[in-house]
Amino acid sequence: MEEQYINLYKQFNGQIKAHSAPALNASRDASFELFEELGFPTSKLENYKYTDLTEPLSADYGLNINRVKIPVNPYEVFTCDVPGIHSYLYFVLNDGFYPVNDKRNDALPAGVIIGSLSEVAKSNPELVEKHFGKLSSKQKDGLVAFNGAFAQDGFFMYVPENVQLDRPVQLINIMRSDVDFMANSHNLIILEKGAKAQLLVCDHTMDDVKFLTNRVTEVFVDESASYEHYKLENTHVKTTNLATLLIEQKQSSSVLTNFITLHNGITRNNIEIDVNGEHCESLLCGMVIGDKKQQVDNFTSVIHAKPNCHSTELFKYVLDDVAKGGFTGKLYVARDAQKTAAFQTNKNILLNRTAKMRTKPQLEIYADDVKCSHGATIGQLDESAMFYMRQRGIPEKEARLLLMFAFTADVIENIRIDALKDRIKMLVEKRLRGELSKCEGCVICK
Amino acid sequence: MLEIKNLHANINGKEILKGLNLTVRPGEVHAIMGPNGAGKSTLSSVITGNPAFEVTHGEINFYGKELLELAPEERANEGIFLSFQYPVEIPGVSMVNFMRTAINEQRKYRGQEPVSATDFLRLMREKKELVEMDNKLANRSVNEGFSGGEKKRNEIFQMAMLEPRLAILDETDSGLDIDALRIVANGVNKLKSPENASIVITHYQRLLDYIVPDFVHVLYDGRIVKSGTKELALELEEKGYDWIKQEVDGK
Repeated sequence: MEEQYINLYKQFNGQIKAHSAPALNASRDASFELFEELGFPTSKLENYKYTDLTEPLSADYGLNINRVKIPVNPYEVFTCDVPGIHSYLYFVLNDGFYPVNDKRNDALPAGVIIGSLSEVAKSNPELVEKHFGKLSSKQKDGLVAFNGAFAQDGFFMYVPENVQLDRPVQLINIMRSDVDFMANSHNLIILEKGAKAQLLVCDHTMDDVKFLTNRVTEVFVDESASYEHYKLENTHVKTTNLATLLIEQKQSSSVLTNFITLHNGITRNNIEIDVNGEHCESLLCGMVIGDKKQQVDNFTSVIHAKPNCHSTELFKYVLDDVAKGGFTGKLYVARDAQKTAAFQTNKNILLNRTAKMRTKPQLEIYADDVKCSHGATIGQLDESAMFYMRQRGIPEKEARLLLMFAFTADVIENIRIDALKDRIKMLVEKRLRGELSKCEGCVICK
Repeated sequence: MLEIKNLHANINGKEILKGLNLTVRPGEVHAIMGPNGAGKSTLSSVITGNPAFEVTHGEINFYGKELLELAPEERANEGIFLSFQYPVEIPGVSMVNFMRTAINEQRKYRGQEPVSATDFLRLMREKKELVEMDNKLANRSVNEGFSGGEKKRNEIFQMAMLEPRLAILDETDSGLDIDALRIVANGVNKLKSPENASIVITHYQRLLDYIVPDFVHVLYDGRIVKSGTKELALELEEKGYDWIKQEVDGK
């Protein structure tokens, strides 16, 4: 399985590098060597035991290492916006940043840089060199190493000191290809002291072929900065979506991540937060609505290295048919991280005997003055609540829907963009009603 | 309006109701009393169609319709309301949303258009006053974090909203202090009309000082073993249930 990619790299690494940038190439060979050593993760590894990637990784995908232009303009075909969100809008088409031609983005405050990672690596090398790979190179993970070897571009965002973006930034990942296709991209996000930004990442697929995406995102959140990362996945069943989000938090910073998977094939989200400063807030949320053969595995890791920080995790899954879910909540509290408060909740509803959920809290606590809790439940809808509602004249189907919607409500409450919150409520309701929750007005989704 | 004939019902294979008969006509208030485990709550569950209970024999006729053939929601929309002994908490579902859904489902069942937002809010306001319910409660999730008294008031509030033809009050007095009891009973009395009827299930005579029954039935071992007027309730209060048990078991 790995062999073809190893040969590909050996044969074409010159071209891969030629179509990227020096800052990204600096660690490329090292990443490749690590990948040679690790290979792709298998379900024999503790961290991957809930998701078997053998089948999707065995498919024969095309890669676009020579950066051949894709004949599609996302600005023309993509009108799938969240109404009223008024975002700064950007696209990654397959594995590369798509050049911006949106006038709405002209309103970006001075000093903010948003663009192609490989372009910025040439125009502002110092910015990229200082941060690129700082978190990902520490990962002993086959997928991250593979990304380090093959990713040539991605989304870049820099928010200078004390600049607070008034509107959310929206990044749309679009997959477009006539043949089975793999995309590796690397995103880099830097928030300087006191900066504030909200990023909404939407994953979409356009063609009826197999897609595999392996994306790594590194985020640096400096002192007193505030960062929100929303990932909304609405892809087709032939998609394998592998996403690694690595965040480093400095003192008094605040981070919110909210991963919502409404429709997909196989999804693996790695969310790792390094809390590397005192008085930080970290809130990790997620929701999965899965049916048929959907698979979603959220692997989270929060590392408390410094004292007086607060982290909360809240993940909820509703699974039907033969859908499979996985959740890991890894928490590490270092010996010096006294007064850490860390709470973790994973609740799951299985609507059917054949649906499967595996959940695992994994707490390693080396400090003695901490407050940590974890709770995981797997159950069915509350029968007594069902009867109570039916006794008031609400039909069984509607009562089930109200209960499922109520179940996901607290995750939705943790969306701090009002327009997005309303949209997600609507999408979740449609999804739970069994209608396809594809964005209305979206050409690609039709 | 309601006619129950020779009703037998099980839960988990254990027979609880063993041939129960009861007839209720419009405008009547029936009290059902009886010792613990007699089957009082089972009766209310079976009339409303709780799927945890299995009816093995008998029939329940409501305005000419065979109730046992209807789903719980259809029975509700035919006008049968149960004030639960233990109202269920439903986190995440707001009272407003819950009530609006219930009202509109009832209207749909009757071939009516959904209620307008302004009409609905006015209705909520009127009915809240009837049971002196705190405004804040309506904005919270259904029963979540309500005190025992608040839950019972909320049941009567819902009853006022849905205007049932037959209301079954299952131990509505349990857990209520005397003030709350008066408020709840007042609510029930104000809703009384010549067209609707109620079945009041209770352990104690106390509630019947406030909600005066036309008939009192004693349920024991799955059957109604004695029926009378409100004086029977006073006699039970004075003498307990033992004399009835002896009377029945002695036969």
